[in-house]
Amino acid sequence: MKELICITCPKGCHLKVDEKTFAVTGNACPRGAVYGENELRNPVRVLTSTVAVLGSGAQRLPVKTDRPIPKGKLFAAMDELNKLRISAPVHVGDVLLPHIAGTDSNLVATKTLL
Amino acid sequence: MTTHELVIIGGGPAGLAAALSAWEQGVRDILILERDKEAGGILNQCIHNGFGLHRFQEELTGPEYAGRYLDLVGKTGVQIRTDTMVLDLDERRVLHTISPQYGYEAIQAGAVVLAMGCRERTRGAISIPGARCSGIFTAGAAQRFLNIEGYMVGKRVVILGSGDIGLIMARRMTLEGAKVLACVELMPYSGGLNRNIVQCLNDFDIPLYLSHTVTDIRGKDRLAQVVVSQVDETRAPIAGTEMVFDCDTLLLSVGLLPENELSRQAGVVIDRRTNGPVVWENRETSIPGVFACGNVLHVHDLVDYVSAESEAAGRAAAAFLQGKSPEGPELKLEPGFDVGYTVPQHVHKGAGDVEIFFRVRSVRRNTAIRVRDGQTQIARFRREHMAPGEMETIKLPRVLLDRVQGDTLTIEIEEAEA
Repeated sequence: MKELICITCPKGCHLKVDEKTFAVTGNACPRGAVYGENELRNPVRVLTSTVAVLGSGAQRLPVKTDRPIPKGKLFAAMDELNKLRISAPVHVGDVLLPHIAGTDSNLVATKTLL
Repeated sequence: MTTHELVIIGGGPAGLAAALSAWEQGVRDILILERDKEAGGILNQCIHNGFGLHRFQEELTGPEYAGRYLDLVGKTGVQIRTDTMVLDLDERRVLHTISPQYGYEAIQAGAVVLAMGCRERTRGAISIPGARCSGIFTAGAAQRFLNIEGYMVGKRVVILGSGDIGLIMARRMTLEGAKVLACVELMPYSGGLNRNIVQCLNDFDIPLYLSHTVTDIRGKDRLAQVVVSQVDETRAPIAGTEMVFDCDTLLLSVGLLPENELSRQAGVVIDRRTNGPVVWENRETSIPGVFACGNVLHVHDLVDYVSAESEAAGRAAAAFLQGKSPEGPELKLEPGFDVGYTVPQHVHKGAGDVEIFFRVRSVRRNTAIRVRDGQTQIARFRREHMAPGEMETIKLPRVLLDRVQGDTLTIEIEEAEA
């Protein structure tokens, strides 16, 4: 049994995951079961950061990956997004970099800057 | 002097939600005063995700959450005045403001919502000994530098305090290339959410030293070393346990203080436990027509709860303006064993169902929250896990409140059975 704290939401359920069957107990909702299994099989995280932006009053544009990416690819993704220079206007949800770090996730803007 | 029906001080999540709900209740002359360049408050620099699961049933980043509310408010006639500082507020609900655009202005408000939020405790508040060098920041200040202004504040970092902002900054600094050497927590447990310990510290192998604190700061111009010592049960440093970290940056995440200078100037009664106004169930303060919500009232864990509370305050402000105010005898709420505070601090009997928010003082498992009317227990709520870092809530239905005999209800934690 592996003991985990669920990070799907701020509630932080204390999960127990069976290493062989991936059966999850201690979860208050179905998302906890999915998290518990994935955390043992292939842990993933949503990456959030900022990129340089030109042409608006702001210095930085906040961004995120639109899907979670494997934990091991976080720093590769940071290297890619740090090379970006975005020009305003940009809208929340705009794709700035598709398939970041070779994943099926896109880097999107999380703020509208006009 | 200009007049407005409803003036809201602060354009963060609390102020925006209060404005929106007051508008929905029919108030048409609403002015939000915001001292920053843009509305949205602290959400603008909280670029991480995890916001909105309750309010929007999806996981949003801070700017996205603020954006949702700004879009909703933008569809109404609510005015937002940025770059505007409120200098003074008095008990007649007169505000004195200053801004580059309008200069000095006095405003008579029909009703006021206090939504100023909170600010961070600093090095001075916790009296860390040692050199007065540069490189010591509150975690939120460093977050603003990094996420809004685009400056890295350091390369080798120690974080004092395991509150959520400190944990979030541990991850953020690491992702941006800094080496976070340690997160140091005075208490035997973390003040942050469990999920943040997992995804901000454990994910990056950042050690968390519980029952430790910073006992010396060394450096001439810039910070060079931080000394960390273990503490005993009385939180006094233990000699001989010193660890020295070579670092250029110390981030402080040592608590938040509701920002109530204006409330105090106006004469609003402040609760010494929360450092926020004493409020009724509708979030009205001791001054009629002045309401408070969000982190100015008590520090929340989740913005979703701030929005919910502020919507209630906005509705109550609208009701006040429409001449409808709750009535009924006062029922005091008293924090009992291991309960740090309650919000609201008192309710009108007959006000309907009442939700009570509070924090416990220590980590507890398999226990229960008890509500007492004198010596009689009138309600009991089982809890598997409680911690000071997690705000608790219980709902007392009207039928229960109607049956209360005394004038005080005590909210307490059941002592664990041996």
